[in-house]
Amino acid sequence: MSAGRDAIMGGLRRALKRGAEESDAAARQAVDRRLDAATRGPVPARAQVPPAAQVDLFEAMAVEQAATVTRIPSLEAVPAALADYLKAANLAPKVRLAPSPDLENMPWDSQPLIEVEAGRAQGSDQVSLTGAVAGIAETGTLMLASGPEAPITLNFLPDNHVVVLKASQVVGAYEDGWDRLREIYGRNALPRAINLITGPSRTADIEQTIQLGAHGPRRLHVLLIEDTEPGPRDDDDGP
Amino acid sequence: MSETAPRVGLFVTCLVDLFRPSVGFAAVKLLEAAGCRVAAPRAQTCCGQPAYNAGDRHDTRTLAAQVIAAFEDFDYVVAPSGSCAAMIREHYPALLADNMELAARAEALAAKTYELVSFLTDVRGMTGVEAAFEGSAAYHDACSGLRELGIHDQPRALLATVRGLSLKELPDADVCCGFGGTFCVKYPEISDTMVTDKVERVEQTGAGMLLAGDLGCLMNMAGKLQRRGSKIQIRHVAEVLAGMTDEPAIGAESARAKKG
Amino acid sequence: MDPSPRAFKANAREAVLDPQLKRALAHVKVGFIGKRAKAVARLPEFDALRDAARDIKIHTLDHLDLYLERYEARVTAQGGQVHWCPTAEDARAAVLSICQRVGAKTVTKGKSMISEEIDLNQHLEANGITPVETDLGEYIIQLRGERPSHIIAPAVHLTKDLIEADFRAHHRHLPPERSLEEPRELVEEARGILRERFIAADVGITGANFLVAETGSSIIVTNEGNGDLTQALPKVHIVIASLEKVVPTLEDAATILRVLARSATGQEFSTYTTLSTGPKRPGDIDGPEEYHVILLDNGRSEMLAGPFRDALRCIRCGACMNHCPVYHAIGGHAYGWVYPGPIGAVLTPGLIGIEEAGDLPNASTFCGRCEAVCPVRIPLPKMMRHWREREFERHLTPRAMRAGLGVWAFFASRPELYHRVTGWAMRLLAMLAGRKGRLRSLPLAGGWTQVRDLPAPQGRTFHALWAARNKRTGT
Repeated sequence: MSAGRDAIMGGLRRALKRGAEESDAAARQAVDRRLDAATRGPVPARAQVPPAAQVDLFEAMAVEQAATVTRIPSLEAVPAALADYLKAANLAPKVRLAPSPDLENMPWDSQPLIEVEAGRAQGSDQVSLTGAVAGIAETGTLMLASGPEAPITLNFLPDNHVVVLKASQVVGAYEDGWDRLREIYGRNALPRAINLITGPSRTADIEQTIQLGAHGPRRLHVLLIEDTEPGPRDDDDGP
Repeated sequence: MSETAPRVGLFVTCLVDLFRPSVGFAAVKLLEAAGCRVAAPRAQTCCGQPAYNAGDRHDTRTLAAQVIAAFEDFDYVVAPSGSCAAMIREHYPALLADNMELAARAEALAAKTYELVSFLTDVRGMTGVEAAFEGSAAYHDACSGLRELGIHDQPRALLATVRGLSLKELPDADVCCGFGGTFCVKYPEISDTMVTDKVERVEQTGAGMLLAGDLGCLMNMAGKLQRRGSKIQIRHVAEVLAGMTDEPAIGAESARAKKG
Repeated sequence: MDPSPRAFKANAREAVLDPQLKRALAHVKVGFIGKRAKAVARLPEFDALRDAARDIKIHTLDHLDLYLERYEARVTAQGGQVHWCPTAEDARAAVLSICQRVGAKTVTKGKSMISEEIDLNQHLEANGITPVETDLGEYIIQLRGERPSHIIAPAVHLTKDLIEADFRAHHRHLPPERSLEEPRELVEEARGILRERFIAADVGITGANFLVAETGSSIIVTNEGNGDLTQALPKVHIVIASLEKVVPTLEDAATILRVLARSATGQEFSTYTTLSTGPKRPGDIDGPEEYHVILLDNGRSEMLAGPFRDALRCIRCGACMNHCPVYHAIGGHAYGWVYPGPIGAVLTPGLIGIEEAGDLPNASTFCGRCEAVCPVRIPLPKMMRHWREREFERHLTPRAMRAGLGVWAFFASRPELYHRVTGWAMRLLAMLAGRKGRLRSLPLAGGWTQVRDLPAPQGRTFHALWAARNKRTGT
């Protein structure tokens, strides 16, 4: 395979007329600078609003993409909110939980009728409940990251995906989401998968009419916790 | 005419020269009404588009050199065609960029070359015409003029001042009519599909007349409309703006036999 | 229809006579165009984002070798493996080798135009491995043994009735009296069948919309979620991508992502945008154990060297073909290879040679609609004209056309002679047309008069009349 690499690199260097040491050094510097700086391009103004407005925007955009959103006061309210959701959607009271302490330690005892199991998704699971890393207001997009406590099969296999998102996790733009990832994971050490999810699965492959539930979940429900922690900084960076 | 009236070189275009000189005379009338002195140098034939789009840069450069020589002493160069004006304005500089003798001259010529209607409005500040025409018309946006030169509002603005003329908006006015120079004869079935779509749209407007700023498009659409037995009149927008609509429309029967 | 660009003219002729294709393509015109326009109108920053996206691509292409080096280093640091494949054959071999090593029997596939380009499915099948397309449109055309006719909506040339017939013919284990009237029912059926294939697959192969140098990630963009099920469930995830998919940073990816979905389908954002970085980590309870990236050249480093470099900016949104009146007339299969529409007209000669694909850059009126909507501002008509120049230089242009051009250029560069000859010719033509004002047929003009009348000239040329006028007025 190194022969393949040499052949391709050779072709590229010839095409780019590489050779003179000086120009090479200048080019390398330009690349290093750009990778370091991670400069943003134009960021839509719609995302650059105060935190409370960002939460509203997130909800509106998510709903526009056929997700459903319920606001609840705290983590403790999740089991009851889930029970309501399952009943309203006429789903069996069974849920596969992401194995995170936050979710497992919720007062499930208050909802004894719900069968709760944690772990990765099995093919027969109908409903999953996961957390999220962030909610991106710009397009109502959830950002989820894989990890020992966040198997990503929960995001795709079950028909119904319920996500617990705190208002304090809502950010304005995708770039704010990347910054969150860098805070959590450090630079250049992402987990295996980052899923940006905007509404339930869909296809338009049959005569260009939209059908929900193509392969991924048919329904995406967000339990939005109105935690009173201050939201992201007001001074969002402009372009 | 005042001494400060700009000298305009009329770039006639080969189609106007050969098929419909009345468009050229309408252009002259409009330019003179806008306070210009107009000359049409004889040493002009074609802007070189057919060769250019066929990939023949050599012949294109030969013709470009000829155009530059014939026109560079005018204050402005005006063509009753978006595609010919765009050829000179947008393409000559790149075409001749590596030619020491012609590069700067091509840039200079490009900077003062305009399509007719947009010249009248954008350079001469014309806001209306004296003409009258009773009836309805649909306007087709020829592709080069629209996308290379931004011509869209100007013809509509001037047509709105033609007394008695009601302009019907043409759905998909900005979709190509399928002419494309040699395209229409190299790929006749595709061209036919495109021109059929176009004329169906035109017929659906119920307009009595079809207008555009490029004679190639007009001849293509006229030929198709007439093959379908349509009675819609097809004219170049300059003819209507200049109030010169006595001539038979494009492809139309003449009232009496024309003397050659 | 003949799956070869050489058959373009015959394919096009067949296509314009196909009423079912015409019905299907009507959806493209109305759907994609209107939706994109709405999305663009809604985002004031759209044009600024296009400029930024173009600049990112230009910069990256100018430093492509260096970014690929960085990219590979990051992939390796995260436990992934990069396979550099100069040719399609190298890529096929690399994929097969991985599959054979893990004893794969079935392979699920997310949509990948590169896999079409290298004919991967045939190669796997020939070696006893079953590839299963999971994108619904790709699944449908796999059943039909067809190529995709559009780069993001592969089955756009099909109407619902045809799809229903295919499902009935191929899903014989299901009760024949079941209803498949509604698109909803077709989607449900495919979902059920493919669910089993996802879970059973040994290897999952996806394409990549982007490769991010900063993090060593591949990004895929889907609406169905099939790409995610393809990569997360099997033991091995293989990403197939061409060199020019690389972008420097996550910020650069965000800029381009903002114009991608809007340009493609008019969505604000695709349903699933996934960044994949290496295999599962210690402690992960799902995800692939192996992560491979097949980096394909297949002619791109050559294109980088020449006047077609700008075509490598392409982000595969499909906006150009959605807006192309030629594509609307003939559909994607007529182009005969993987990439249809304006981008196909520019890329195909670069990847398989202008001798094979000569018609593609010629079948254009240069209306410019493609360039007007391209999110990375590729000057597509200019690239097509470059190909025509190449053909002309190499005498690939049809002889009659060359000769005709030569004759015309001879006269056009001699104005006085030109005026005299055209004077006679137009007088003659006007006489032939007589009072009718038009000609129904004319020798040598069959291409025109086949389908339209030829308006008659007025009789005298402008220059003759102008000279006469000047004589009269003494100017």
